[in-house]
Amino acid sequence: MSAIHDKIGQFPRELEDESIYIMREVAAQFDRPALLFSGGKDSITLVRLAQKAFFPGKIPFPLVHIDTGHNFPETIEFRDWLAKETGAELIVRYVQDSIDQGKAKEESGKYASRNVLQTVTLLDAIEEFKFDACIGGARRDEEKARAKERIFSVRDDFGQWDAKRQRPELFDMLNGRISVGENVRVFPISNWTELDVWNYIKEEKMEIPSIYFAHQRQVIQRDGMLWADSEHLNKEVDEIPFETTVRFRTVGDMTCTAAVSSTAVDIDVIIEEILSAEISERGARIDDKRSEAAMEKRKQQGYF
Amino acid sequence: MDILRIATAGSVDDGKSTLIGRLLYETNSITKDKIEALESASKRKGLNFLDLSLLTDGLIAEREQGITIDVAHIYFSTPTRKYIIADTPGHIEYTRNMVTGASNAKVSLILVDARQGIVEQTARHLSIASLLRIPKVIICVNKMDLVQYQESKFNEIQHKLSELVSKTTFQGQTVSYLPISSLFGQNITKKAVEMPWFTGNTLLQELETFEFAETLAHAPARFPVQFVVRPMTEAYHDYRGYAGKISSGTFKVGDEIRVLPTGQTSTIATIEKFENSLYQAIAGESIVMTLSNDIDISRGNSIVLASETEVPSLKDFSAHVCWLDHQALSPGKTYLLQHGIHVTKAKITQITERLDVSKQTSETEVGQLNLNEIGKISLRTAQVISADKYAENPSNGSFILIDEFSNSTVGVGFVD
Repeated sequence: MSAIHDKIGQFPRELEDESIYIMREVAAQFDRPALLFSGGKDSITLVRLAQKAFFPGKIPFPLVHIDTGHNFPETIEFRDWLAKETGAELIVRYVQDSIDQGKAKEESGKYASRNVLQTVTLLDAIEEFKFDACIGGARRDEEKARAKERIFSVRDDFGQWDAKRQRPELFDMLNGRISVGENVRVFPISNWTELDVWNYIKEEKMEIPSIYFAHQRQVIQRDGMLWADSEHLNKEVDEIPFETTVRFRTVGDMTCTAAVSSTAVDIDVIIEEILSAEISERGARIDDKRSEAAMEKRKQQGYF
Repeated sequence: MDILRIATAGSVDDGKSTLIGRLLYETNSITKDKIEALESASKRKGLNFLDLSLLTDGLIAEREQGITIDVAHIYFSTPTRKYIIADTPGHIEYTRNMVTGASNAKVSLILVDARQGIVEQTARHLSIASLLRIPKVIICVNKMDLVQYQESKFNEIQHKLSELVSKTTFQGQTVSYLPISSLFGQNITKKAVEMPWFTGNTLLQELETFEFAETLAHAPARFPVQFVVRPMTEAYHDYRGYAGKISSGTFKVGDEIRVLPTGQTSTIATIEKFENSLYQAIAGESIVMTLSNDIDISRGNSIVLASETEVPSLKDFSAHVCWLDHQALSPGKTYLLQHGIHVTKAKITQITERLDVSKQTSETEVGQLNLNEIGKISLRTAQVISADKYAENPSNGSFILIDEFSNSTVGVGFVD
C-alpha cells in the first residue's frame, strides 16, 4: 500500500494554469464557442475551469449536452443543478430527435448503444447554433488515438478528424483560425491524467454525481464486467439482474459504461482504488472494445 | 509537485518507442489490462517477449507501417514528479513534428543505436535542441545488448558525440551520456547489471534529479493580456480585470507597470486567481490583474515593469525559422505572425541563410525555405511586437507564421 500512497502526490497546479489559459483563448478567438457537457467528471472539471477563467464574470459560452436518452438519471439531475449553480446557459439536444427524424438508426442486438449515434445529433447542434469551437473533456492519457490529438483540433464540415493534416502546436501558441464551415474541437485538459482529475476534484472540493461513489444497484454480469440494469439494456435470457455494491469510474451512457465493484464512499478511497486498479479507465468503456482502432475510427467520423 | 516535459527523438528503428514503453513499465504506469493487450498483440506478431513499442505506436497507419507518424503525448509519474513525454518521430520528413514536440520540453532525450553510432539525425537533433534552447540533453546509447555491453564501444561513441556536442551546445545546457538497453531494461530505472563498468545515473535518476531552477521567475516580467474581464453586474459594476498567463518573470501588487506598445503606465492594484487575492504571481500562472487607474488596454497588449528601461519593441528584425509547410517560404510573401497571443501581418523581406543542421554549415543566396528546413530570415511586421530575443528570454521570443489563406501554421520563428 505504501507504494500506492507515495504516488498520490498533489495536483500539479501548472495544469490548471494551462487549462485556464486555453479557456480564455477560446473565448477570445471564437465567435460562438460552446462547452460540450456530458455530466462526467471530466466535463465537470471543464465547467470549474471555465468558471475560474472568467471570474468574476460569468462563463461566456453555453453548456451543450447531447442527451442520448440513455443517461443515468443522476447525471441529468446533476447537470441541471450545475447549470443553475454556475449561472451558465444550458442547451440540450436529443439523440431521440435525430432518430425520429430518420437521421440516425437505433442499433440492435445485446450490445446496442447510442454512443455512436450522438455524433449525428452533435453535428446537427453545431450547425443549428453555428458553433465554431466546441470544448471537450478528452484527455490524451485515455486512449492511443487521443494521445495524438491537438489542443485546438480543426475539423472539416463533417466534423472529421484527419491525423495527418493536424496543425503543429508550438510552445503555448494556439492557432484557431478557420474557414467557413470548419470548426474546432478544443481540449483544455489534454495533459491531465485520470489521477490529476481526481486530485483536482478533491483539492477543489467539487461536487460530482452520486454514481461515482459506491451505491447499491441492480446489475448483470457480462463479458467479465458489471453492467447497470435498465430498460435500455438488451438482456439475454440468462442475464439475470442482481443487486450489489458498485460505483462508476467513468460515466457515459448506461448502455456503454460498466460499473466496478467498490465500497468507496469518499474521494480518498476512490483515489486509492484508481492507483491500485488493474484495469485502465477506458477498459470499462464497452464502446472502445469494439476494435483496437475503435476510437480513431469514431474520431474520423466526427466524434470528439 | 512539478511537471517535467521531455521530448524524445531518434532515427527510425533505434528503439524510441521501446524505451518509452520500458519507462512506463518499470514505473508501474501500465495497468494490467493494457499489459494483457500487449501480451496478446506481441504473440500475434510472433514475438516471445513484450513488444513495449506497441504501447505508443497508436494510429492505424503507424501499426501498419511500424513507424511513429505524429507527436504522441505520454504521461507517467513518480512520487517526485509528473512527466509528460512528447514522443516525436525521427524521419527526416517529420522534422517539423520534432520541433513541435520539443518546443515545450525542458529535457531532450536523444537515442543513438550502439551498433551504428552517430548518424545524420543525431546531429540534426542536437542542433534542434540547441536552437530551441533546451537546457538538458540526455543522449542514450541504446541497444548495448547488441554490442555485448562493451565499455569500449560506448566510450568510442561518447567520444565522437562530445566532439559534435561541443559545436552545438550553448552556455547553460548540460549534456549527459548513458549506455542503455531498452529491450532488457538496462540502466532505465535500475542499474545495469550487464554493465557494471558504468557508474553514472540511470535514466530515471537523471530525470528525477534534474533541477530546472526557477529561471523563468527571474527573467524579465512579461504579462500578455489575453482577455479583459468586465462582468458589468451590480456587484462588479466598474470592474475591469486583465486576464492572462504570465510568460516570464514576477509581478507584485504595488508594482509600477507599463503597457506595450502604448506606453501608458499604472500600478498593480490586485492580482487575483479566482476568489483568491495574491501578493505576487510568477511565470506560468494564469491570473487576473487589476490596475489602480482606468487605462485603455486590449487583448494582445503586453504589461511589463515600468522600471525596465529598455522595453522589447520590434518591427524590423531577423529571426531563425523552421519551415513546417509543404508550400515553401519565399521572400516577399505576407503571413500572419502570432507572437504569444498577439497577431499581426508580417512580410518576409529576405531569406539570408539556410542552415544544414546535420553538418552545422549554412549557405547564403537562398531562394526559398522548404518543409523541414531551418534558416535565417528578415521580416517586417505591420504592428510592433513586444518580443524578446529568444536566446535571452525564450518564453517571450518565439512566434508562429500562419498562412492567410489556408489558416495553417506554416512556420515557427525564434527572434535573433
